[in-house]
Amino acid sequence: MKNTDIDTTKQPDQTKKSESVCSLTPASIPEKGILLSWLRQMLLIREFEVRTMQAYQNRLIGGFCHIYIGQEAVAVGSIAAVRPDDPVILAYRDHGHALARGMDPKYCMAEMFGRIGGCAKGKGGSMHMFDADHYLYGGHGIVSAQTPLGTGLAFATKYEDEVINDGKSDHVTLCFMGDGALNQGCFYEAMNLASLQNLPVLYVIENNRYSMGTSIERGTSMANELHVKAEAFGIEHAVVNGKNVIDVYRDFKSITDWCRKESRPFFIEVQTYRYKGHSMSDPRKYRTKEEEVSEESHDCIESLTQFLFEEHDLTRDAVKQMSRQVKAQVRQAVEWAKQSPEAPLEELYTDVYTDFWGPYKGTSKPEMLQEEEET
Amino acid sequence: MSIASGERVIEFREALREAMSEEMRKDNRVYLIGEEVAQYNGAYKVSKGMLDEFGPRRVIDTPISESGFSGMSIGSAMRGLRPIVEFMSWSFSLVAADPILNNAAKMLYMSGGQFGCPIVFRGNDGAGGQLASTHSWCVESLYSNVPGLKMAIPYDAYDAKGLLKTAIQDDNPVFFLESERLLSTSGHVPEEEYTIPFGQALIRRQGADCTIISFGRPLHFCLEAAEELAKEGIDCEIIDGRTIRPLDIDTMVESVRKTNVCVVVDQSWSFASVGSEIASQIHVRCFDDLDNFVHRVHSDDVPTPYAHHLEQAYLPNPRKICEAVRSATYNA
Repeated sequence: MKNTDIDTTKQPDQTKKSESVCSLTPASIPEKGILLSWLRQMLLIREFEVRTMQAYQNRLIGGFCHIYIGQEAVAVGSIAAVRPDDPVILAYRDHGHALARGMDPKYCMAEMFGRIGGCAKGKGGSMHMFDADHYLYGGHGIVSAQTPLGTGLAFATKYEDEVINDGKSDHVTLCFMGDGALNQGCFYEAMNLASLQNLPVLYVIENNRYSMGTSIERGTSMANELHVKAEAFGIEHAVVNGKNVIDVYRDFKSITDWCRKESRPFFIEVQTYRYKGHSMSDPRKYRTKEEEVSEESHDCIESLTQFLFEEHDLTRDAVKQMSRQVKAQVRQAVEWAKQSPEAPLEELYTDVYTDFWGPYKGTSKPEMLQEEEET
Repeated sequence: MSIASGERVIEFREALREAMSEEMRKDNRVYLIGEEVAQYNGAYKVSKGMLDEFGPRRVIDTPISESGFSGMSIGSAMRGLRPIVEFMSWSFSLVAADPILNNAAKMLYMSGGQFGCPIVFRGNDGAGGQLASTHSWCVESLYSNVPGLKMAIPYDAYDAKGLLKTAIQDDNPVFFLESERLLSTSGHVPEEEYTIPFGQALIRRQGADCTIISFGRPLHFCLEAAEELAKEGIDCEIIDGRTIRPLDIDTMVESVRKTNVCVVVDQSWSFASVGSEIASQIHVRCFDDLDNFVHRVHSDDVPTPYAHHLEQAYLPNPRKICEAVRSATYNA
């Protein structure tokens, strides 16, 4: 097993292939149609986030709001590598993954607008994107809290296979977190349990090098060799270039195939960069403009577009047309969210308990799931 | 006064085991997880023999890792499994406060009704074994503050089985607070299946002069005090709340309207407690019925001491209950 030496004080080497691991079979590069769909998804996420920032500045969105711009290739490439019914669980920077997973942007936007049409009826907001139809078990706001939960999703899929269904679904669970989550104790408890129980869970560390305003060198020991933390639990690991969606997909595909076959956890450090602040209120004084410019010169959308130009004769007009379509889709999502009514006040008392007692009014599914059922 | 009479008498811990085993036989989504629950047969022998019957996939030993295995179990409940999580002591649940309060209790709400959390957390709660301060937590006042969870506290073996089966069948997270001091007590428990609904208090002793409201182990102190007070001519009615969420305030109010005097006995500390909440609700509902303000008996407002005599003095013991009832009924 080989490990990549990472020096986070240097720029990530964009030409370097991620080096992993336990006799993985590299996946092939998908066909043009799939690559185009990824380009569209990444454009959609970026446009969605631009409009999210605008809406936040216009006070249509409140609370904490974390923007995913720069990291799009991670969500798109990794989610493309798993099956649509594999469980996915997220941290709080979760809009991009929700869209990549297939949530209609209108439900995502309406959730941030605090409207009844939101994926959680406006009860969760930006940090809490849930979508049962897409096996999306939520964005979670407490840093690393989702890591034991994601471990539990993998526990459940294995339990379903071994105890209930008498068959093998071979699910893997994608459990996303930022590099800041590496310093919460519950993640180490989760890794210990996953290793002991042989659970097929992928811990996806989106290393954007900052936990809020603290650079990874200041907040995380062994910042240049995070994989050591996985080795302490006997968990296989890899480093993936998060700025190239094809790299992300190919590595994740081979890793998830291995996890399904072996029923074992995996620790994946994905090297990426968030272009915006930690949240909307962050002036980014802890890093230099030069660093940002340099990072943004290796852009995931740019690199895929370039690849399609060179390998598949994609035209600039086609990209422009795709951008226009995406902009229209997001504009419609914003309009839909604005039109979605505020929740009636009785919603305050629904979904606290499943049953009716005292002031509590039982539970009901959000509009999103009802509409999915109808279609 | 024993409410359930009958042939078969078993220990409190056996009643708990029977409840879990019956539910696990019926529903293969139910599993038991915790420290020493499987090979060791349970730190307090509650799960004795369950590994043999259900196997290691459903009776699962964990490392000492409450935050991790609580969170893992909650994640599995989001997918529809129905875990029973044993805390060797509720004192150890404090390191799992984030998953049990933030995730289990709020998941249904946060997800807008998409993901519920059918899970039972159970284990020993309360002082009484000279375990000193960190191992003697009474978590009822801390945790019952949080909406989204239910909380049950069994008093005897009969209730242990009936309430635990209800807890396991409930689609919401249930915090089930047992007492290590009661595990070896015995009582009548029918062999057949039965459940006890949540939110239905039980009158453990009928009386005319003073209503005493309590939960779990302190009820034994209340019954002891009632015998003493009867000799003085004070006839106490003792109500076992059984569940704190939901709280059967109606039964309590009905009793207070009859006796016009109320004492609440709560083993947690007094400040912002279950006792203060019940006193507040009784004051609101029975303002015109009360002959005196509601008196409260709690553990003393200090960390739990180790020394036996200090611990006994600290608990809501019969002496303190008698004093409170005498004070509350004075001039009544």
